[in-house]
Amino acid sequence: MRRRLSLALAALAAAAVLPVCLQSQQDWFRTGTGVGVEKVRLAVPAFAARSAEVQTAASVFYAVLRDDLEASGVVELVSPSFQPLQVPSLPGELNAEAWLQAPTGAHMVAYGNVSFAENQLLVSAWLSDVRNPQAPPVLAKRYRGDLTEEQARQLAHQFADDIIERLSGGVPGIAQTQIAFVGDRSGNKEIWVMDYDGHGQRQITRQGLICLTPRWSPDKSRLAYTAFERASASSEVTRTAVHLYSLVMNRRIAFPYLGGTTTTPAWSPDGQELALSSSRTGDHEIYVVASDGGRLRRLTYSAGVDISPAWNPVTGKQIAFVSDRGGSPQIYLMDADGANVERLTTGEGYAVSPAWSPNGQMIAFAWQRNNSNFDLYVMDVATRQTVQLTHDAGRNEQPTWAPDGRHLVFQSTRSGRNQIWMMLADGAGLRQLTFEGSNTAPHWSPR
Amino acid sequence: MVLRRRLRWIGLLTLVMLVAMTGCKKKPVAPPPTPPPPPAPAAPTATLRATPSVIEQGQSTTLSWNSTNATELRLDPGPGSVGPQGSSSVTPDRSTTYTLLATGPGGRAEASARVTVNAPPPPPPPARMSAEEAFARRVRDAYFDFDKSDIRPDARVTLTQTAEFLREYGNVRVLLEGHCDERGSTEYNLGLGDRRANAARDFLISLGIAGDRMQMVSYGKERPVCTESNEDCWQRNRRAHFVMLK
Repeated sequence: MRRRLSLALAALAAAAVLPVCLQSQQDWFRTGTGVGVEKVRLAVPAFAARSAEVQTAASVFYAVLRDDLEASGVVELVSPSFQPLQVPSLPGELNAEAWLQAPTGAHMVAYGNVSFAENQLLVSAWLSDVRNPQAPPVLAKRYRGDLTEEQARQLAHQFADDIIERLSGGVPGIAQTQIAFVGDRSGNKEIWVMDYDGHGQRQITRQGLICLTPRWSPDKSRLAYTAFERASASSEVTRTAVHLYSLVMNRRIAFPYLGGTTTTPAWSPDGQELALSSSRTGDHEIYVVASDGGRLRRLTYSAGVDISPAWNPVTGKQIAFVSDRGGSPQIYLMDADGANVERLTTGEGYAVSPAWSPNGQMIAFAWQRNNSNFDLYVMDVATRQTVQLTHDAGRNEQPTWAPDGRHLVFQSTRSGRNQIWMMLADGAGLRQLTFEGSNTAPHWSPR
Repeated sequence: MVLRRRLRWIGLLTLVMLVAMTGCKKKPVAPPPTPPPPPAPAAPTATLRATPSVIEQGQSTTLSWNSTNATELRLDPGPGSVGPQGSSSVTPDRSTTYTLLATGPGGRAEASARVTVNAPPPPPPPARMSAEEAFARRVRDAYFDFDKSDIRPDARVTLTQTAEFLREYGNVRVLLEGHCDERGSTEYNLGLGDRRANAARDFLISLGIAGDRMQMVSYGKERPVCTESNEDCWQRNRRAHFVMLK
């Protein structure tokens, strides 16, 4: 009990210690539990398949579970080659001593079995603390679903999230989140959605023109995005507008054309409003509008392009945005009513794509300093201290935070053409998520 | 008194003598025998022929003539004085009647030949170019500097030409597209492209073109005309492009 508590406190302390880290001189910083706190060593042996018909499901479940835990950045997975030969499938079969001692050296063990019961796939899973001689299960779970590979994946995601939540002291897992992005593999740019691990990539819009800048609504039910559209069915006049799409009803939701070139919608934290940019008066300004398109009100009054708004997700009282009012595009901050505009970035080069961390304390952005490539940076809003996350690897843009505040997904040309990549917020743990066509503009869903 | 009588007698005498002399003339005196009149000179003849007699404009025909008993021949229009026989090539540009005038001691003779010249149909007057053709020839993209939407001197020239076209073809409406090169971000470039379309439109409005004839769209960097990563291609993409609306 004490161990669990101290672990949770350590995790919280680590998260709180982040601003302290930023004040140090080093270019790199580490987030989450990576600061002077021992990561939990977690052993995850294969789950036993109770019958032949669940063999495949068990394999898929196991592979996805390990992958999710590996990607979490919260635990250190024990290599299978260091695991004892005897694999428990029930708490009674767990020999805590064998798992605690070298070479395994595990703190916790996640184990269980997969069976077919009452016409359903059933996963019985436990998480036990082997530093305690009794090795009491910290978690005891049952997950049910259809006997399909897809369901086996989902059950694994659920168990992974439950483990992460327990081991990180309450910070949510991201294994069941999704990423919206822009993909061109269908022949033109449309909005796509995939699981956070890159699985299940599927096309959402079928407009046949160009769709850009997708944004999840806070309740995960809708996507707002920038779309080129014809002024009318028979018109050759094309214009740029904001569209809404319901993932529940699988179709577009009515949203009025606001005039000019209207772009880059961003949901308010309560999901009631959208901030966006429109040149309806001849010059690009930031506006706020209700989610049904009514009650349009203007926030900025400055010559030049004001675009790409982003709400503080915790308070909803501030909006970051991009403006070239000083000459080149830079990141600015203002109150949600347009008052108190101030510049956040230094003014050097070209800074765009502001993305608030879920705790409202940091803004990730893409910055092209003079004569260099676009790289991702994170700024602590209170101190304005900035840390560089990507170095010398292609052109990196459009960062978006995971709901756990520990991961970022972004677009990068480091593999040759634009693809979506994921990494931990300290720049480690890079993995490529898309491979087909050109893929850009990711946005991470809420949980 | 005596003098007057003498003068009267002289006058009378002169008169009688005159009458007598005249009468002498009229006296049928047997004239000497006249020689037979020489034969009258033969009348000239003339023939004139054109071969061929019908030609296309630009072609030649051969005039050939013949004559007899002529000392002077004139062929008009054309050679003028010619010999009694001969031929000549002529290239009349329209239908002409040639006349040969032969003169000789026996008189005159005339001959004529008509040459009909078929002119090709006159070329149709040049049609007024259609609006689409004129648009394709005269309306050009306006180019911009990096990260700017100012109208450069070269853009002024092309936009002024476009304004002239729009003035001449008063019914034409256009769509102005604003474009950017690949280097900036997707989102910001939507704004910059819009600024470029707006700048071009404002310039045309300042030249008197009605604003409602021009629609605008920004494509940002989504519709490049080339994809190489060099300044030449980047400049080609930083443009305001015109599309003629039907």
